Amino acid sequence: MSGHTDMVLVDENGMRIDGRTAEEHRPIKIEAGVLNNADGSAYVEIGKNKVLAAVYGPRECHPRHLQNPTKAIIQCKYNMQAFSVSDRKRPGPDRRSIEISKIISEALEKVVLTELYPRASIDVYIEILQANAGTRCAGLTAASVALADAGIPMRDIVPAIAAGKADGHVLLDLNKEEDNYGQADVPIAIVPSTDEIVLLQMDGNMTREEFDHAIELAVDACHQVYDIQKDALKKRYSAKPAKEGADE
Amino acid sequence: MSNPIMSEIKRDHIMNLLAEGTRVDKRSPTDFRKISVETNCIESADGSARVKLGKTEVIAGVKIIPGTPFGDTPTSGVLTTGAELIPMAHPTFESGPPGEDAIELARVVDRGIRESGMVDVEQLCIVPGEEVWMCFVDIYALDYDGNLFDAANLAAVCALKTAIIPGEQYGKGENKPLPVTCLPISVTEVKIGNDLIVDPNFDEEQISSARLTVTTDDNGNFRAMQKGGCGSITLDDLSLCLDRAVEKGAEIRKIIG
Repeated sequence: MSGHTDMVLVDENGMRIDGRTAEEHRPIKIEAGVLNNADGSAYVEIGKNKVLAAVYGPRECHPRHLQNPTKAIIQCKYNMQAFSVSDRKRPGPDRRSIEISKIISEALEKVVLTELYPRASIDVYIEILQANAGTRCAGLTAASVALADAGIPMRDIVPAIAAGKADGHVLLDLNKEEDNYGQADVPIAIVPSTDEIVLLQMDGNMTREEFDHAIELAVDACHQVYDIQKDALKKRYSAKPAKEGADE
Repeated sequence: MSNPIMSEIKRDHIMNLLAEGTRVDKRSPTDFRKISVETNCIESADGSARVKLGKTEVIAGVKIIPGTPFGDTPTSGVLTTGAELIPMAHPTFESGPPGEDAIELARVVDRGIRESGMVDVEQLCIVPGEEVWMCFVDIYALDYDGNLFDAANLAAVCALKTAIIPGEQYGKGENKPLPVTCLPISVTEVKIGNDLIVDPNFDEEQISSARLTVTTDDNGNFRAMQKGGCGSITLDDLSLCLDRAVEKGAEIRKIIG
């Protein structure tokens, strides 16, 4: 996040390069139940981000030494596909994806009733098909829908979105350009029923006032994402079930 | 960090003390443990610091060598931070490549240093597009009694603050101090029940539900944050943590400044 650029990210009318206002998120599309083999799955688009999430489990925990005798563990794997960014990404986990996998697992653990499945593992796979800033939030948003689609008992669904700062303005849901040339990024995920924070990161440079404003924008937007998540699940389960053996 | 079973008695003891506003080592919820810093303790490094935070001990060393810049930043030096939780430091730490805890630790420290602009990477250019100074910060936990985040951040910051660019060694001009612009200080708090405590020791960390690390710069602006742990924090918790991070950060900056 260099913060040095000649690029105008917010014009004199407060409009952003993709035509959004400061408090507007990118178009969001969520679909639940998109894969056959997985116990639950979801596809999420936020602007140009395209993300798939799949859930397997609760199932036997591998490696065994990670088993917890009192509850299930959540093992999330966040992965960026090689073609998801402008330069080819070398396949396989890197330090960034390991960190993101860890914090997403922790965020989900708060809402899943893990105590119902001692010694088991709930495996969550997040694949970034196309990245355009905000993939960890899109991934977590998709993962919560996939968990619900898998029928795993949860206290709530977790929506996530980022706020940030570019051209000195506090903005909701930064796009690629705003993320690259902006001054701060604050991804956040909440439990909507209580507004508790389950994921929070920040990097860049923000005053207290700017940060408070960013949190306010993001928490508000999380509730909007939450509604879209619920709609996706309702749509999935209001559809008539396909006949056994029939092509879908 | 790994989860050894904790006795109910110990857990209750910590909780009961917190209810009275105090802690096992008589600290208040907002007190840090004693901080001691020894810099330039390793002569083979270009900068080093050994930090004690109570009984937690961490060493950080800086190596600065010439290398090729990244294509998108041809005139900027390169800064890399790594951390290892070696088996010497705690019975639950295992040898082998860094695990997710070590990676998270390194990346949170890295974020504070990088985003605060502590090291002026523009001044690390030797030949634009061809050669720049590459600055490697490596952090090792030596003795673990909680709050590695703040101990590692302090060690890395103190090591960088005293680092010398070894120009003579590589025939690239005179030796000169690494250009440092500010001191990013992290303050980590954990949530136990409904209490938030600063600088948790090992036992406090074990029974905590969530962790928040907040890194501030010399102006008290926020430069990096990381929430960890399987629990949650409320918006009020967050606000309190931010206040404390600014206040405690300024105190620590005085100690090491």
